[in-house]
Amino acid sequence: MTRADATDPRLILLDEDDNIVAVARPIKAGENVLIDGAIHALDAEVGLGFKLARRAIAADEPIVKHGARIGIATTAIAAGALVHTHNVRSAYLPSTETLAKAGDPS
Amino acid sequence: MKGYLRADGRKGIRDVTLVVYLVECAHHVARSIAASFPAQDVQVIGFPGCYPNAYAQAMLERLATHPNVGAVLLVSLGCEGFDKLGLRDAITASDRPVEVLTIQGVGGTRAAIDAGTRWVSACRAELAARPTVPLTFADLTIGTICGGSDGASGLTANPSIGRAFDTLIERGAACIFEETGELIGCEAHMADRAVTPALGHELIAAVDKAARYYEVLGYPSFAPGNADGGLTTIEEKSMGAYAKSGRSAIAGLIKPGDRPPGGGLYLLDVVPDGEVRFGFPNIVDNAEIVELIACGAQVILFSTGRGSVVGSAISPVIKVCSNPVTFARMADDMDVNAGRILDGEATVDDVGAEIVEVIESVASDATTRSEALGHIEFILTYKSFEPIGPACLPLAGAA
Repeated sequence: MTRADATDPRLILLDEDDNIVAVARPIKAGENVLIDGAIHALDAEVGLGFKLARRAIAADEPIVKHGARIGIATTAIAAGALVHTHNVRSAYLPSTETLAKAGDPS
Repeated sequence: MKGYLRADGRKGIRDVTLVVYLVECAHHVARSIAASFPAQDVQVIGFPGCYPNAYAQAMLERLATHPNVGAVLLVSLGCEGFDKLGLRDAITASDRPVEVLTIQGVGGTRAAIDAGTRWVSACRAELAARPTVPLTFADLTIGTICGGSDGASGLTANPSIGRAFDTLIERGAACIFEETGELIGCEAHMADRAVTPALGHELIAAVDKAARYYEVLGYPSFAPGNADGGLTTIEEKSMGAYAKSGRSAIAGLIKPGDRPPGGGLYLLDVVPDGEVRFGFPNIVDNAEIVELIACGAQVILFSTGRGSVVGSAISPVIKVCSNPVTFARMADDMDVNAGRILDGEATVDDVGAEIVEVIESVASDATTRSEALGHIEFILTYKSFEPIGPACLPLAGAA
């Protein structure tokens, strides 16, 4: 994880491959945040542990946190916007299905 | 770092004398014997059940021959089902001083406490005369667990522990992460990190087993409250816990009591095999800590957000606190303040490096906060496991 100079100290970039940043300290609605050098105004208050889009994310694009896919965008998400249940769905398949897809390696 | 060399070549960072009750009826006598000695030097562990259990038998064998253990006193009531002579023989074979004290045989509570206290006293004098030897990271097995997690755990403490694991593994240590029930949604990512496709398959199957087990118990993994804390999906929640594993390749899948065959990263499967029996896989954090220790862990990294206070018998527990508020309120209980990351005062790399330094000092002369406060929690209950298959430790032959 790095905290690039071009990103707000209230936000954490967990992995260089991530397309979201995590909120480290609560930020009030209307405040500006700096993400990768770009300024965005927040339209709602966000608390610790919430996520903001690091860049524009297209519908059906994976959401990447900790360098891993944690869901799929259900709609286009603008840079700086809140990324949560209203615009992301789980991509989780129960393991039995994952196993069936992976096939038997032996 | 310095350690205590054991006959099997492993090295301990502590030299504990264990007083082991083999049924709850012997617990008071065991506790009374240990009460005459400094709490961290002479520790009480045991199994409460009257009926035998293969898992508990194997666990106590591994724990009584753990590198941090120097000598063992077994305290039996006399009529319990535990195979005490089998346990004694395993300890004798490990070249440790061992004695079986049977309360019904020696004439009751008072006689047993007196005889046990004399034996431990003589034993401590003998252990104190032994020299220590130098110890490197390659001599260490380190386990990690999280308990009382909060919204910051996945952002600070857990990734920092992952970073520490990466460094420790580079230096030759074996590192173990666990709780397959908290890894639901990470299976595919884990399988990609496995050293062989067959091991990847085993990792997926282990998570699948956990998912089914918790479903039968009626505890779903993703609760509505998780979304209130900013977590969007099950895989995001699991990824926060999974971050403790770092980025190294996964070298194997082990079960409680299995020892990693060499350095590298291992997943400990703590969910019992077969149909759901005996209730929860682990009723409390200390049950998982005991299983990590039974796999040989000499040190435990414990990630907490809301503020766990526990330590453990046998192996020191290093508390990594995820947020600065809890750290300030409970500083006396916490070893590392990963919450500095939220304040912008440190990076995950900084805290990861600090964790490695704390391990180094705890494996030298320093005590952890929980050790200093006298925490020596221990719990062992009924469980049942099948042995791991050949695909689980693909590098074992090469080590």
